[in-house]
This record gives sequence, C-alpha cells and structure tokens, in this order.
Amino acid sequence: MPETGAKQNTAPIRTVRMRVDLWQVGSFLFAALAALPVLAIIWLALFPEENIWPHLISTSLPGYLKSTLILMLGVGVSVFLTGVSTAWLVTHYEFPLRREFEWLLLLPLAIPAYVIAYMYTDLLEFAGPVQQLLRSIFGWELARDYWFPNIRSMGGGILMMGLVLYPYVYMLARAAFLEQSPNQFEASRLLGHSQFKSFLKVSLPIARPAIVVGVALALMETLNDFGTIDFFAIQTLTAGLYDVWLGMGNLGGAAQIATTMLTFVVLLLSLEYFGRRRQRFYQSGQRFKAKTRMRLPGHHAWWLTLFCAVPVVAGFVIPVGLLVSLAIDYFDESWTPQFRLYAFNSLLLSSSAALIAILIALLISYTRRLNRHSRTMLVVSRVASLGYAVPGAVLAIGVIVPFAAWDNWVDSLARQWFGFSTGLLLSGTVFAVVFAYVVRFLAVSIGSIESSLSKVSDSMDMAARTLGYPAHKVLTRFHLPLIKGGILTAGMVVFVDSMKELPATLILRPFNFETLATYVYQFASDEMIGESALGALFIVLAGLVPVIFLSRTISRSNVVQTRRETL
Amino acid sequence: MSNLLEVRNITCQFEKTRVVEDVSFDLSEGTLACLLGPSGCGKTTILRAIAGFHPLISGEICLDGERISSPDYILKPELRQLGMVFQDHALFPHLSVFDNVAAGLQDFRGKAKKALVHSMLERVRLNGKESRFPHELSGGQQQRIALARALAPRPRLLLMDEPFSNLDVELRETLGVEVRDLLRDSGTTCLLVTHDQQDAFTFSDKVGVMNDGHIEQWDNAYTLYHEPVSRFVADFIGQGAFLKGRVREGDIVETELAMLHGKVPPGCKPGCPVKVLVRPDDVVHNDASAFSARIVSRNFRGSSYLYTLELDSGTQLLSMVHSHHDHALGEQLGIELELDHLVVFPDESARDEQISQTPHQA
Repeated sequence: MPETGAKQNTAPIRTVRMRVDLWQVGSFLFAALAALPVLAIIWLALFPEENIWPHLISTSLPGYLKSTLILMLGVGVSVFLTGVSTAWLVTHYEFPLRREFEWLLLLPLAIPAYVIAYMYTDLLEFAGPVQQLLRSIFGWELARDYWFPNIRSMGGGILMMGLVLYPYVYMLARAAFLEQSPNQFEASRLLGHSQFKSFLKVSLPIARPAIVVGVALALMETLNDFGTIDFFAIQTLTAGLYDVWLGMGNLGGAAQIATTMLTFVVLLLSLEYFGRRRQRFYQSGQRFKAKTRMRLPGHHAWWLTLFCAVPVVAGFVIPVGLLVSLAIDYFDESWTPQFRLYAFNSLLLSSSAALIAILIALLISYTRRLNRHSRTMLVVSRVASLGYAVPGAVLAIGVIVPFAAWDNWVDSLARQWFGFSTGLLLSGTVFAVVFAYVVRFLAVSIGSIESSLSKVSDSMDMAARTLGYPAHKVLTRFHLPLIKGGILTAGMVVFVDSMKELPATLILRPFNFETLATYVYQFASDEMIGESALGALFIVLAGLVPVIFLSRTISRSNVVQTRRETL
Repeated sequence: MSNLLEVRNITCQFEKTRVVEDVSFDLSEGTLACLLGPSGCGKTTILRAIAGFHPLISGEICLDGERISSPDYILKPELRQLGMVFQDHALFPHLSVFDNVAAGLQDFRGKAKKALVHSMLERVRLNGKESRFPHELSGGQQQRIALARALAPRPRLLLMDEPFSNLDVELRETLGVEVRDLLRDSGTTCLLVTHDQQDAFTFSDKVGVMNDGHIEQWDNAYTLYHEPVSRFVADFIGQGAFLKGRVREGDIVETELAMLHGKVPPGCKPGCPVKVLVRPDDVVHNDASAFSARIVSRNFRGSSYLYTLELDSGTQLLSMVHSHHDHALGEQLGIELELDHLVVFPDESARDEQISQTPHQA
C-alpha cells in the first residue's frame, strides 16, 4: 500500500490528455463534406452575386410554384389512396392470391418515374397502339375526330408518379396495420361501428404517422423527379432550375430556385420527422401473429384481387411488358459499342458511389458506436444523412458551387505561382457526379449499416476490447463478419439508386459523357423511345434486385424493413 | 498486502445525470467481490469504468498501483489486461468455441496456443467442444466458454456483469459455486456485478450494496444481513419487517413486543421514534409467550413456513417457522423476539406526525 502510494506521489504528474480521436475527426470531415452542397445553396441564396429574386417573382416563379404544388398535391392524394387501400385489403381481407399481392404490390418501386412516363406515352400517344386500335374500330382518322386524354399533361404526370411511388405508402401502411392490435379494431366493431367506419375511426388514425412518413417519402421523390416533368413539359421548380442554369447559365438564379425547393424539402422532412416521432408512440411495436382476416362470400373475393391487381398491372406489368417488347424490337439499333460504354460508365459510377458510401457509413456508424452517448455523433450522423431529402437537381447546383470555387482558387494559385492554368479539376468531372451520388444516398447506407450494427450487442465490443483488440480491429475482425448483410444491402441500394439517378447526373456529368440514365433520357427527349428501351430495361432490372429482396423479407415474415425506415 | 484494484472517489455521469457518485473501494489480490444493487444503481457503470469504457468525472482508478483512469486520462481497454464476462455471454457467433477461447491469445501461436485453449476448456469441463459454434451450446455452456475465453490470457482482474442472470434458477446456483471454486483455485481476483443477492452471497467474500450511485455498505454477507447500516440495505438484503419503537434512556428501545437492548443510531435522543428491523428468523414461535399475533398469510417453503403475522396494533411481522408447525390462517400464534443484533433506524415517517399513541408495554 504505502509503496504504491509513494510511487504515485513521486512520479511526475503527467496529465495525459486524450489523444485526438481519428475516428471522430474522420466522421466530422465526411459529414461536413456531405453537408457542403446544402450549405452552399443556402449561402448562395442569401448572398447572391446577382439578385434575380425580383425578376423570378415577377415572371416565372409563381407558375413554377403553382405546378409544383398541384403536382405534389395530386401525387400525394394518389399515393395515399392507392397505398392505404391496398395495404388495408392485404392486411384485413382474405382473397385469392392475397399472399402474392403482398409483395407484388411493391414491384412498381423498381421503375423510375421517367421510364414509366416514356412507356405510357409510347402506348397512349396519337401514333400509339391504343389510339390506333380505337381509330380502326370507330373509323376515326384525325385527332380532331375524337377526344382522347393527353398523357403528356399535369394529369398524366400525377398518374405516372402515383403509379410508381405508391409502394412507399403501401409498405409503411401495411406494416402499421399489421402492428395494430386487432383488439382495438374489434373493440370498435363491438361498439357498433361498421367495418368501414371502424377503419376510418380506429385503424386509419392509429396508422396515420406511418402513412404520413410514406407520403412524405413519395413527395420527396416527386420533388426530385426531372425526367417525367421534362418529358411532359410540366413547369415545376425543377424545370425552372434547369431553364435558369442550363438555359441561361445563371447559377445564382438556379440557387435561388433551389432554395425555394429546399423550403419544400424542409416541410416534407418535418412532416416525416413528426410522423416518425408519433409512430413510436402510436404503435406498440408488439405484433399480433394470427390475424383473422375477413373473407368475402363466394366469388366476391375476386373483386378484391382485381382491385389489388390494378396498380400492379398498370404500374409494372404493362410498362415492363412494353419495355421488353420494345427492347427486343430495337435490340440491333440499341446494342452498340456506345451502349456498352454507357452501361460500363453507369456501372463504374454506381459501384464507386456504393463503395464510398459504404466506407463513409461504416466510419460514421462505428464512430457513433464508439461514442455511444455522444449527442455530437448523433448530429454528425444526421448531418451526413441530409442529402436524401435534397432533390438531385438542387444537390447538383450545391455541388457545382463549392467545386467551382475550389477550382478557381487552385487555378488562380497555380497561375500566380507556377504560371499555368490548372483548368477545371473537380467541376465537370465524374468525381463531381460520384460525389453527388454519395451525398444523396449516404443516408440509406448509414441507415442500413447503423441498424445492423445495433443488432450486435455492446458486450461483444467490450469482450473484444478487453481481450486486447484495439477499436479498428474490433470492427474488422468481429463486426464486419456480423454485419455483412447490412453492408451488402446498403451497397446494393446505393448502387441501384445511383444507376437510376437522372437530374444530378445531367447537370454534373462531363461534356459528352453518358450513363444509361442520361442515354435513356436523351433518346426519349428526341422522341426515340424505342431506342431508349434497352437502357431503360437495364435500369429497371437493376432496380428490381432490391425490391425483390424487400419482397422476400415481406413474404418470409411480417417484419418489414423498408429502405428508409431505418433512418 | 497491497491492493490490486483501488477505486478512489470516482464519479461518472451519463449525459447530465450522475449515475455513480464518489464511490471508493479496494480489492486485494485474490478477492472475490461483488457489487449488489437494484437495476439503475450504477453498478454496471462502475464495472465499465474499471474496464475503461466509461470516463470519470472525478476520482481515479488504479490497477497494480498504476493509474488507469482519471478524469483526463483513460488507458485504452485493450491495454488493461482485464477479463470480462457478460450477461449475454457475448461469444463471437461467427467463431468456433476454439477460436472464441483463443481470441485473447494473440501472442501465442501453434502448439502453445492449442495447449492453452485445451487446458482452459478442461478447466470449465467443456473439452471436446472445440469445433462447436456458440449457438449449438446451452446457456450454461456458453457462459463457461465465455469464462474460459476471459481467463485464457490470464487477466489481472476479472469483471463479471450479471453473469448468471440469463440462466435458470437451478443452473445459476450450481454454476455460481463452480465458477467461484475455479476462480479460487486459480487465485483470480474478481469483481462481479449483480442484482441478485443469492448470486452475491454464493459467490463473494465481500459485497458492496449499491443504491443510487453510492455504495451504502461494503461488508461480508453475514454483516450485511444482520447489521445493515441503512434502511436501504436492510430492505434490500433478505426479508424482514419493521417494528415501531421509541428510544428510552440509554441504549434501550421500547417496542410493543419487548424492551430491546443494543446500539441506537447517534442521532436518536431519548423519546425519538424509531423502527427496529425484525428478520423472519428473529420472530420465534413460542406458545408460552405473552404475545400473540394473527396469521394473515402463509407461504409454504418446504422446510419452513413463512408466516405474515399481524399484531393487535396492526403492525405486520414475518416469521420463519419450522414446517411441522402447520397453522391455519386467522389462527393466533404465540411469538417472541429473539434479536441477536439490534438494528434501529430513525422513524422518518413518524418524526413529523409525532405519534400520539404510545406503544403497548409488556
């Protein structure tokens, strides 16, 4: 005892400050990089080089706002009605093929809105098979002989987006309905309410938070869309942003429109946030196992099958069928060395984005685990996830601004000191595109990795550390093997989403550089839908992979792990 | 003998809440000690602080005379040479039993490593299971593997966090004894954390009873049971009831059953209302006694009955009675007090009310 005491007293008092934590430094750095585009836009909007607000407000902005609002309202109502009704049917009724429809209803999620827009245009335009058929039946000849709705309109846009985005609502509403205790519903029935009234008075309000989240996610996608509204000539804010930037080359103006869009994003995010907060408190989390489903008498049950079949057929079977047949018809024209180059470009960019997103997500999630109770790390992880809500076009403007500033700075330095120009180092390179992909999809990757890490018990880390493994070895030796499933999911989703991404790619890609998505967009814009089909089919096939994974989870159990539920 | 582990006035907090406040204790080499307390009392935080997973706000922790934790310094957990065993066993599910036990033997190679793992498995009586995977083993076997894994690198100190809580009652007792004997044989110093007093008593030489971030009492089991220093310890350890009383002159406490002699807490002046701890084994069945109480409930324990008795005043007592004494509910039972240790606490509830009614006197 005295010995040790003496030792301590005589030893020089050496206060070893905790060393700089590389994990945290790295996490801060990457989170800051991920937040850079958003900050850049806000900064530009606040301190514009050239104020075009007055001009914008007096001319086009009201129109952009109006169409954006109408589109979002329309899509919101459409996804709500389709998603909630189908989710209600598959959870509360028994009908033929119900189990199959539980996952079939997810399939439209695999199709980008612009692809379905191209397909329906091809199908329903004047020269398309439907109108041809009508003309041959009724003997009409000219467009003015009869009335046929124009698919390339606001209504068409709402319909198209509603068809591919309703699965967000369906997925979350279904999970919420399954989580509800049947007792609540039965109590309502016993109190004398009809089946439908009980649904309106009890089940729907309890599921409301989940439904709100689903609708918010669908609307974020709506705001993100460029391909559809461009093709249908709907003048939304995104369209305006393109006009101002690509048409007029006015970066400040583009940033100001981008800020207006960010306001929408903030609204949607708060909607989603409050939805999720309420969700925790509305849903017991306890799942009822053997739910007794209502059975309609005799063949009446088939009406329900038919009802559920409508969105699947319209949102998946018809467009994919058409896509396949067009891809076959135009195969020789499409399968060119150039096409293969574009496919390779897509593959390269998407897999780089996936790899980088995984690495950053691992760094941030693991740092958060190492600093379990740190609020700072929670903020870091949230900040790094900001991008998922930012529309691609807005994000692209946010990438251009700091990249251009950096390029100019380096360039001027080089000229000043070495007498040569470095030109553009980052802007207009594939690096900028990959950067945008990573920022936009980092949230998905962090969500997936954090949720699988959270399933590994804390004591596993403590056991490994006390056995002599430093933090990084605990990650590589013990965590990686345990969370490889989550990593794979993260990578897959980022890969596929990057592959589909259109608006940011269009703005940021190097001159004459094409990916499958831009190639499809280019051909479709030139009214050559047939030639674009093969590329679109590739994108849809890639998009099917995560949806199939999701479906398998759904059909295997009732546990729904939605892509973004983990956020 | 010098102390292996010295915990000096440590304070820990979670966010803004202090979960451990000014806790101190020492462990000498070879001691099996235990922190016992209800959930949320801070005992696991102390364990985590010793292992280097939780920072200190104040105080210090020394191992073998070397300071390993202080508010501005934390020796990394992997450098502390401690072993740790967890409630959920925390075996690495993707590694075989052999690889799990060998996980801490990074400095060993080939034959030496093999021999060490085998001898460890032999000591926990699980030799032959080397190639199994954790999920193929029972809970008790998993915990023995976890123990073997923690002991294999010869840790300076073994920390165990509720190691038996996931096991069924019978197993936890036999495993508790087995682990204790194994640790004693190897001379391992161990600190165990549990909320279960049976675990604590089976296992340890010294028990620290914790409440709300403090250690209320650091003693052996016998003293904790018979001479608790606080109401909390008295309540938490064992069963018992409190008998109202009043301090008389000297060290005498007057209760409705008897005049009792013993140490009275220093703050209690004559006339001050107190509560006397009465354990079930302090209440002895005696038909010749002048006092009787009505049986209000009974609980058959096999070798004994635990009766809840009610005195005329309404006070309830517990009494442990040999199971041959089978009495019906409502029956009057003659009782007397046989207190070896008088444990008296000031009666906080009565202090304000100033009880008007004086206790019955014999």
